[in-house]
Amino acid sequence: MEEMIKLKINGMPVEVKKGTKILQAAQMLHIDIPHLCYHPDQRVKARCRICSVEVIGKKRLLAACATECWDGMEVFTDTKVVRDTQRGILQLIMADHEENCLTCPRNGNCVLQQLCSRFNVLRPNLTHVSEAIPVKTTNPSLVHDPEKCVKCGRCIRVCKDVQGIEAIGFAGRSTGLKVTTPYGEEFNKTDCVLCGQCTVVCPVGALVEKDDTNRVLEAVFNPHKVVIVQTAPSVRVALGDAFGLPDGSIVTKKMVSALRMIGFDKVFDTNYGADLTITEEAEELIDRLKNNKKMPMTTSCCPAWVNFMEKHYPDEIAHLSSTKSPMSIFSAVAKTQYAKQENIAPENIFSVAIMPCIAKKYEAKRPELGRGGIADTDAVITTRGLIKLIKYIGIDFCNLPESEFDNPMGESTGAGAIFGATGGVMEAALRTAYEWMTGGKPMPTLEYLPVRGFDGIKEAQVEIAGHTLKIAVVHTLKNAAFIMDKIRSGQCEYDFIEVMACPGGCVGGGGQPVTTTFAVTKKRMKALYMIDRNSKLRKSHENPYLKKLYAEFLEKPGSEKAHQLLHTHYHAREKEFDFSK
Amino acid sequence: MQNISYLTENFGKYDVFSIDSYINIGGFQSLRKAVTMDGDDIATILSDAKIKGRGGAEYPMGRKWSQARAVKRPHHCVVCNADEGETCTFKDRELITNDSFNLIEAMIIAGWAVNAEDGYIYMRAEYSHLRPRILNAIKQAEDRGFLGKNILGTNWNYKIHLYSGAGAYVCGEGTALIRSIEGKAGRPRMKPPFMKQSGLFTRPTCINNVESLSLVPHLLRDSTPYLQVGTKESTGTKLVSVGGNVNKPGVYEIAFGTTVREIIYGLAGGIQGNRKIRLIQFGGASGKISDARILDIPYSYEAFAANNLIIGSGSVLVIDERTSVIDFLRYTQDFFLHESCGQCTPCREGNRHIRIFLEKIKNGTYTDEDIQTMKTFAKVMPMSSLCGLGETAQNALKSAFNIFPEVFASRKQTEAVG
Repeated sequence: MEEMIKLKINGMPVEVKKGTKILQAAQMLHIDIPHLCYHPDQRVKARCRICSVEVIGKKRLLAACATECWDGMEVFTDTKVVRDTQRGILQLIMADHEENCLTCPRNGNCVLQQLCSRFNVLRPNLTHVSEAIPVKTTNPSLVHDPEKCVKCGRCIRVCKDVQGIEAIGFAGRSTGLKVTTPYGEEFNKTDCVLCGQCTVVCPVGALVEKDDTNRVLEAVFNPHKVVIVQTAPSVRVALGDAFGLPDGSIVTKKMVSALRMIGFDKVFDTNYGADLTITEEAEELIDRLKNNKKMPMTTSCCPAWVNFMEKHYPDEIAHLSSTKSPMSIFSAVAKTQYAKQENIAPENIFSVAIMPCIAKKYEAKRPELGRGGIADTDAVITTRGLIKLIKYIGIDFCNLPESEFDNPMGESTGAGAIFGATGGVMEAALRTAYEWMTGGKPMPTLEYLPVRGFDGIKEAQVEIAGHTLKIAVVHTLKNAAFIMDKIRSGQCEYDFIEVMACPGGCVGGGGQPVTTTFAVTKKRMKALYMIDRNSKLRKSHENPYLKKLYAEFLEKPGSEKAHQLLHTHYHAREKEFDFSK
Repeated sequence: MQNISYLTENFGKYDVFSIDSYINIGGFQSLRKAVTMDGDDIATILSDAKIKGRGGAEYPMGRKWSQARAVKRPHHCVVCNADEGETCTFKDRELITNDSFNLIEAMIIAGWAVNAEDGYIYMRAEYSHLRPRILNAIKQAEDRGFLGKNILGTNWNYKIHLYSGAGAYVCGEGTALIRSIEGKAGRPRMKPPFMKQSGLFTRPTCINNVESLSLVPHLLRDSTPYLQVGTKESTGTKLVSVGGNVNKPGVYEIAFGTTVREIIYGLAGGIQGNRKIRLIQFGGASGKISDARILDIPYSYEAFAANNLIIGSGSVLVIDERTSVIDFLRYTQDFFLHESCGQCTPCREGNRHIRIFLEKIKNGTYTDEDIQTMKTFAKVMPMSSLCGLGETAQNALKSAFNIFPEVFASRKQTEAVG
């Protein structure tokens, strides 16, 4: 039995487990103590102080996010001194915050905005002291607007504690304190891999993705362009959150209707690309095993992971599978085989990808992912960007009729769907590789549970045709670094490793709605497995349009033609600034 | 007024670069005694002497040591806070300069008492010139077996390390101090975990000020002279750093109970040019202020508390009539605006806005609403700041509201008078 503690909040009794903080105890009574730096998935920072509450017997107010309840504690969240303090702190933050809410990317879902509304701050009583600081936008993914920063430190925590990157940190002191890269360098010159987790946890508009939605609408309105769109597996289980549906709702068919209403000419599915990636990657794995090539092989579908390898382990990039990511493999087929089949000049196709990710924006700009100077993917917008587009055209999302993806590249299997969850790529690859290595015997259990779940590093051994395949599934880059260090020092015996940079995989991606937390991510994972379970086809190589593609165009998985179109290469990116030296 | 030298007894009596000369005047006798004693008994001696932490927080030292001993985790360490960053405070400098070996002896006794494996001295950057004498004292103590392995045949091992700060006032705050030693940015962290549980390098840590520690060897040798002086609640003696517009600024050892007048006009030789006192600030920049009306109160914890003052670091900063109250407050505010670490909102932002309001008052451009807002934020800061810096930064201002209400008078009244 856990030790229970009795306390009173605003006179109301509540019983909580020992170790519960005041903030959570109040939530049990449906009291929302205002908070800003607090984030449910992060260690307590207690730096914004806006959750200060009165505790009987204490001279000073205590931070509700940081203070554990004790037996007999009496808390007040609604006294004058609490209001004066919380409101005062809010006014202090506002005085140092660039107030251009109307043109801010976070207009409407900004935590500071919500607090101002709650505290009814109508007129500033302090001198406005924020200083204009240049906005950093020199990379394709991330925008840093320091003037909006509230110094809550959420971004620093996620970068350090979850990703282990520490590309940003606090510098300076007193009013000069700022969140910055080392020496204020541009993100691309630092250890940053553009995973975008900072843009999910930032409560305001200080760290946001580079917006491409307006560019996409321009293309939609351009009569000379055939605008095709693909949607990543984890967008369909995250989009509904923003429209008041329960976390993890599956809204695939409403999403397809919405995309048609926005004006996309063809609505396709990245899951088709995922099936193709699996088919090639499974073939690549078998080839590496047979021919004693560089092992272990790691997945390469996560662009932040690829950036991480190129920047942090440039000597180890040969481990990365050469198979393109689902997004890029889709776009490559779209601008070649599909263009040919539909008789459209590739330059007239505008290929849009809707991704739960901001590193995909960087991936789309890789020169090797295109041909003849034309990029395969023309624009990447995030789940958040799609929410904006849907709101712009004014659709009542929840009441939309349902509709199906277009063919051929809208057809996919359950294996493609689970790509969005940590362990999903591994499971999908095993389904295909197992069958091919055993000469057509399907896996005994299609749902391979050892690779599912939220554990940071999962390991398993799969017996396939007399061979023991040692596999590992890793999410977050902190865990990835742990595995890579083992590989580098030769203590690693894995054959195949799946890595996704974001916690939980793409369902917890850096381009997902700002309401994303681990708890929400887990519900989205469940939803993806539900999609898989309800699919008629659950093995990538069974996708009929894929079979057709190989039969008519690419010969067979791993063929020379397939290699030309569906595989890529990586670049060791030596650090421009190595601060460790 | 009696002249007293209890803590300063050794000053000038020995060569601070020679352990032999220290031993000749009885040095390390207290340590030899200490290692025959139980740590709890040593803590009891400190409790009997009612020593409150001399750095400024005034935490009972005996209790701190007992609590440190009670923590069952391994690898205890002792930290000596020699950051002495409070304005007009320089007593620790005198102790290190004139009695280095006594501090080392105190550190070893502390280590023994709380069963520590390491001792760390964290000294402010401005005292770098004192590093050689501390390092020499550590070296000579090691050579003689007072430090290192199997100290005095007790089978107890203990080392002392010296670290220098980089100039931040906030690093005198315990959690910022340990972060600085750990090589991190010197910014305070929230408590808990408390230092005694998880401090330096997450080890159980007992942290004491130089003056507090320096008392220990003296008390172990002979506590009677100490216990005989002082007041009911404030036993013994205290080093005061007297500065500002006095004729003889310096560090003086006084018995608690000496009046403020005796300190300023007796020991420190009165005010330069016989000018009038505008204000006095006690306990450093984070201390409170008053004016000449408190000259005849005794210098003791209880009398100060009754007069809304604090002993704090033991500094007495005397400002004469040439400096206006508002100018003094502006300078103090500049200090905190510079020294805030910037982590928590109330301190980072509060300091700068209070500074803006003070400027308005100085220029006569304030409104009555400004005064009200400033008073609100002078309350918000101490109520909600993360660490002691933000908690105490407005002490001077808040006491000024009471002592010098005319400075913050309503504009309407001012104009009517003018």
